[in-house]
Amino acid sequence: MGEMIAVQDLVKNYGDFCAVNHVSFTVTEGKIFGFLGPNGAGKTTTIKMLTTVLNPTSGSIRVNGHDPTREQRAVRRSFGIVFQDPSLDDELTAYENMDLHGILYGVPRAERIMRINMLVDFVGLGDRKKDFVKQFSGGMKRRLEVARALLHKPRILFLDEPTVGLDPQTRNHIWGHIQQLSKEEDVTVFFTTHYMEEADRVADEVAVIDHGKIVAQGAPSELKAKTQSATLEDAFISLTGHAIRDEEASSADRMRTMRRAWRGGGRR
Amino acid sequence: MRATYILCLRQLKRYRRSPARIIGSLGQPILFLIGLGFGFRSMFARAGGGNYLNFLAPGIISMAILFNAVFSGIEIIWDRQFGFLKETLVAPVSRLEIVFGRTLGGAIVAMAQGTVVFVICLIAGFRIASWPLLPVAIVFMFLIALLFTSIGTAIGSVLQDMQGFPLIMNFLVMPLFFFSGAIFPAAGLPKALQFALRLNPLTYGVDGLRGALNNSFALGLTTDFVVLTILTAILLAIGSYFFSKIQL
Repeated sequence: MGEMIAVQDLVKNYGDFCAVNHVSFTVTEGKIFGFLGPNGAGKTTTIKMLTTVLNPTSGSIRVNGHDPTREQRAVRRSFGIVFQDPSLDDELTAYENMDLHGILYGVPRAERIMRINMLVDFVGLGDRKKDFVKQFSGGMKRRLEVARALLHKPRILFLDEPTVGLDPQTRNHIWGHIQQLSKEEDVTVFFTTHYMEEADRVADEVAVIDHGKIVAQGAPSELKAKTQSATLEDAFISLTGHAIRDEEASSADRMRTMRRAWRGGGRR
Repeated sequence: MRATYILCLRQLKRYRRSPARIIGSLGQPILFLIGLGFGFRSMFARAGGGNYLNFLAPGIISMAILFNAVFSGIEIIWDRQFGFLKETLVAPVSRLEIVFGRTLGGAIVAMAQGTVVFVICLIAGFRIASWPLLPVAIVFMFLIALLFTSIGTAIGSVLQDMQGFPLIMNFLVMPLFFFSGAIFPAAGLPKALQFALRLNPLTYGVDGLRGALNNSFALGLTTDFVVLTILTAILLAIGSYFFSKIQL
């Protein structure tokens, strides 16, 4: 079993704000890895750097053996991603969204048709594939995004809070799909979540990040043992404290932070 | 190439599926065509300018293309806010392929709207002087569309949200339209305004289109074509550059 993701000394600064602070971890091939942390801890920033859409300030990343800053295309071919916010085109049908993804990823036509039909059936949207995505509920959109992320047979699946805002039935449903697919298609899964019982149930290994730093790492059972907690949620709170965090900054907020930094903190 | 093709096709599909947008963006050109065209017709003729509707129609067609092109480019902001942009940015294709597809699709959409306005002008009484020059007119329509979609792409790549949109409309798009010779001839303007007109890319587009349709160029077919082609190439490069620098 090789290392599918290897991160060493990763740093991301926005002006004088350090979003990710000397983070190191590895994810073993075929495992389900949970990346946990309070709001604003640096989870999404880390995923953005792993998935080539944000350049790190310093540090090294290997995704499927490739460097996201220099071998972008090789890295992009290696993973599928379900973003924190929806990323479907509402004005297209479910099938068209899948088809567009397949064409972008260069999946040959015959295989594309076959896999699209197989995957939409698998996530229970087979009879809705000709409908516009704007008619879908939040849970249906999520399921479609999971199907889409797997269309090009990625080695890694990134899931950034895939179940946020969904009811327990839909959450269970989605995790069931992900676990089964990760086994069937031999996919390494890297996910973030706020639901600790969810992480406890599905993750082989978790890392807890807080204020841009990794504070603990290991199997959920190890973390519980280390903190002498009954549940992963208790372990999480004992590791990260009780203080309530600010909501993760939007891109506009970050721009303001950057501008403030350039102006030497003049404007508040 | 496959990314360029599919993203261009996406723009066309979205256009075809939104009749509200097709109808909605016809309102302003029709208003200008009827309001100005018939309002100033007798005055223009008395001043010795000839048939004002024939003078104005190419300007209104250019206007429709300008507005739709900038708008198509700026759609990047929507795609950023509604999330679809991310889907394309993590795909294993170059940003250039993506931005070309988007820009080409946007330009074709803008041209389609320009063509609809063209037909409306014909219905309103616009008469083409020389049909054999129609292909030249189509080339100019396409260059205008491509140039301003590229400007929209550049703006959409830099802006984070739609709050800057009124700023763009009132301080860029409207002045570009007013000072392009679309609604009045450049001859007889104060020197400063004449100079401003010469700096406006749309001036060359309007003159080229009007020249082809009315068979009378003020600046010359070659000048119009060369200036517009060079500017389009430069702005396409600038738009692509800014798009390639987008980070999420």
